[in-house]
Amino acid sequence: MMKTATLLLLIPFCLPNGPLVGQGLDPALLTKPATDAWPTYAGDYTQRRYSTLRQIDRTNVRHLTLAWVRRLTAGPGGGEGGFFGPPAGPPAITGGVAEEPVTMPGATSGSPRLSGSILQVNGILYVSSPDNAWAMDALDGHVLWHYWWKSRGGIHIGNRGMAMYGDWLYFEAPDDYLVSLDAKTGQERWHKEIADFSQQYFSTTAPVVVGDHVLVGTGDDLDAPGFLQSFDPKSGDLQWKFYTVPMNQGDPGLETWASLDAARHGGAQVWMPGSYDPETHLYIFGTGNPTPAYTALLRAPRDVHTNLYTCSVVALNVDTGKMAWYYQTSPNDTHDWDSTQPAVLVDGMFAGKPRKMVLQASRNGYFYVLDRTNGKHLLTAKYSDAANWAEDINATGQLVRNPEKDNTVAGSLVSPDNGGATNWMPPSYDPQTGLFYVVLRELYAMYYLTNKDPRMLVGLGGSEQDVVGSLGSYIAAIDYQTGKLAWRYRSEGGFGGTGLLTTAGGLLFGNDGAGSLVAFGLQGKQPPVPLWHAQIGSIDNAPETYTVGGRQYVLVAGNGAVWAFSLQ
Amino acid sequence: MLTPRRFVFRGIVIMACATALCAPESPAQAPPAPPQPKPAGGDGRGNRPPDYPVRPPAAPEQLAHGQQLFGGNCSFCHGSDARGGEVGPNLVRAQVVLDDQHGELITPIVQDGIPARGMPKFALSAADIADIAAWLHNQPLSDRGTPSRLDILVGNATEGEAYFSGAGHCTQCHSVTGDLAGIGGRYEPKAIQNLIVSGGGARFGRRSAGSEQSSKPPTPTVTVTLPSGQIVRGELDHISAFIVALRDSDGTYRSFARHGSIPKVVVTNPLQWHVDMLPKWHDADIHNLTAYLVTVK
Repeated sequence: MMKTATLLLLIPFCLPNGPLVGQGLDPALLTKPATDAWPTYAGDYTQRRYSTLRQIDRTNVRHLTLAWVRRLTAGPGGGEGGFFGPPAGPPAITGGVAEEPVTMPGATSGSPRLSGSILQVNGILYVSSPDNAWAMDALDGHVLWHYWWKSRGGIHIGNRGMAMYGDWLYFEAPDDYLVSLDAKTGQERWHKEIADFSQQYFSTTAPVVVGDHVLVGTGDDLDAPGFLQSFDPKSGDLQWKFYTVPMNQGDPGLETWASLDAARHGGAQVWMPGSYDPETHLYIFGTGNPTPAYTALLRAPRDVHTNLYTCSVVALNVDTGKMAWYYQTSPNDTHDWDSTQPAVLVDGMFAGKPRKMVLQASRNGYFYVLDRTNGKHLLTAKYSDAANWAEDINATGQLVRNPEKDNTVAGSLVSPDNGGATNWMPPSYDPQTGLFYVVLRELYAMYYLTNKDPRMLVGLGGSEQDVVGSLGSYIAAIDYQTGKLAWRYRSEGGFGGTGLLTTAGGLLFGNDGAGSLVAFGLQGKQPPVPLWHAQIGSIDNAPETYTVGGRQYVLVAGNGAVWAFSLQ
Repeated sequence: MLTPRRFVFRGIVIMACATALCAPESPAQAPPAPPQPKPAGGDGRGNRPPDYPVRPPAAPEQLAHGQQLFGGNCSFCHGSDARGGEVGPNLVRAQVVLDDQHGELITPIVQDGIPARGMPKFALSAADIADIAAWLHNQPLSDRGTPSRLDILVGNATEGEAYFSGAGHCTQCHSVTGDLAGIGGRYEPKAIQNLIVSGGGARFGRRSAGSEQSSKPPTPTVTVTLPSGQIVRGELDHISAFIVALRDSDGTYRSFARHGSIPKVVVTNPLQWHVDMLPKWHDADIHNLTAYLVTVK
């Protein structure tokens, strides 16, 4: 209490030029392109990660310099970190249901892995990592509060960020809770259990607020069914729950499974945030792989068994939770290649006509263009030359697996590796160039089936995958109208995949895989030119940009710290 | 998340990325393996606890009784290992079994049956069902991360030998009496097969502990030509669009800022052949080569 009171006294002095803390998020911001704020996972609902800001541009980006850096510490007593230990701390708030929290480096102590999006609303940054959340002053990184969730466990692979509604924040804890905080104080408003912990669900994704809905996905690697839920932002009450696999007799899609039991254990987890189209009220998101992941024998013994709605792009009416359309990118996947990658909403020309589209570069190495009003397939194109697992593309643009490139007892040389041609790392679409930029990895692995009895394969069991080589890591620029690559830029330093950002200043920001944040100049469809870089050691998330106090900032997280750059 | 920053697959997945230029990290949502059989020198998880609570082990007599009851009452439909039969589903991964602690959720199902799905009721006591539940809970869930122990050899050694000295052009760099002498005795078949593709750099299990031959990959070399015309060569330390760093022949570390094409930088990867082969391989040739090389004792 004392600390909170102190904080409130300090705030006016912390923000001499900034707006008041907790002025709250104006929901109208969410439907506009990202500029002054970064109010939702991808900056705006389209997931283009394209900013109309142009204060920083090709001509002046070489003057971009560090505005501030702030190290963060996870866990109890964490908050703001420093080389000499945490300074006299910001208010620390503890929540969670575990009586004896499980110890997890990076969550209960040490440097957090800040791989999620950071919200920026009214000059305040809201940062999250597994079991931890912070509010920071966007002008200097000063930590206003730190919240720590005592965890009962679960897979702590990451946290993709928070969502905001008015003065309230929402984030998911790995042990399957949705937690709502008061943005002004960091005090917990409520927490709700969102998935069954004993079935080994784990929750990493960033919720997305649309109207009076908090849309919440989760994950699981143990043959549990996937779903998306909508909660009331005020009360936390469940509004609707959409299962991504058939759960009952008579459910649509059941005919695509060998049995109801197979469907109910069929996966299709919703572990990445979706996009939202205000015109159609559709929330559009990707689903995960079918489970058991590495054999189709018991869930899909025949060709009709495509295992809906796994590895699909799905559009739901956000008010009802009812499905409007779906498109399955990989029928009956056997490689754990989700189609959860961002569904990027683009309005533009296609085949000579204006179209409202959704674009997705999938983990399986293929790029898809759909009409987002009805899910109609427009284009499938291979963006990873290395991908060697499909033997055909059918009439509706879906890939047909080559069974010899499944997991086999003798071993099959397959690309992509398990991580996929791309993965969670956000792509970017630049309307100025008409190109879709995506991190591309061309790795090969030997895929070994480790058990001949399909009944023994549960979840991600039954496979050994040994990475045996790489053709490199790239940023690939895809012309969505043709599916052809305009260029690809090799990350000489290694794998640089933590996501991309484009701006109206003609810039593409990304991670070079060697610890540098790089600004590339873009000119039409010409290959990118690196114009500026800052070596910060390691980068964990996708760069963002916004304006505070009339100054454009570029923000990135890495090495357990948040880094803000601006022109001097 | 086993390592917070760099995602490392322990043991099962090899960092055999051919060169130092492309150290892979897996960004998969899917994290690496859950608890594994302990390798020598530690449990491979540091001090990290299991991701999900581990059920305390049941008494052996309870497990034996539960198994006996399961065999007599349940296995006809659900299989003797509870992993599903002709009509009954896999119970090991069933949601109700995962949620159940001591039979409290399973008991009403067994005692009442599920007529709609054809499951009859069973006149078993709650104590008996608790024993069955204990046995069910004792069945391993997923072998995720466990290496293959199956026989992977399906290839034809004769065809593999022909490929080795013919179409594969392997003899341009390798010899079964030279660098590959005795390889069949030094590595298990799967390791040999992975080495065929990667060219090295993997941490493979050894068949015999006596061998000291390293499988460390040859390091890429780099030649830097400065604007003055001076040429600096050495083993590549690290590289990006903005810097190249090397160790020269006497071990001195040197680094150079890169500005576009200046200085001129040429990296030579001794494993380039293996990289170039990645898109070209036929699995049958890999399998045949493996079958051949395991015979090179």
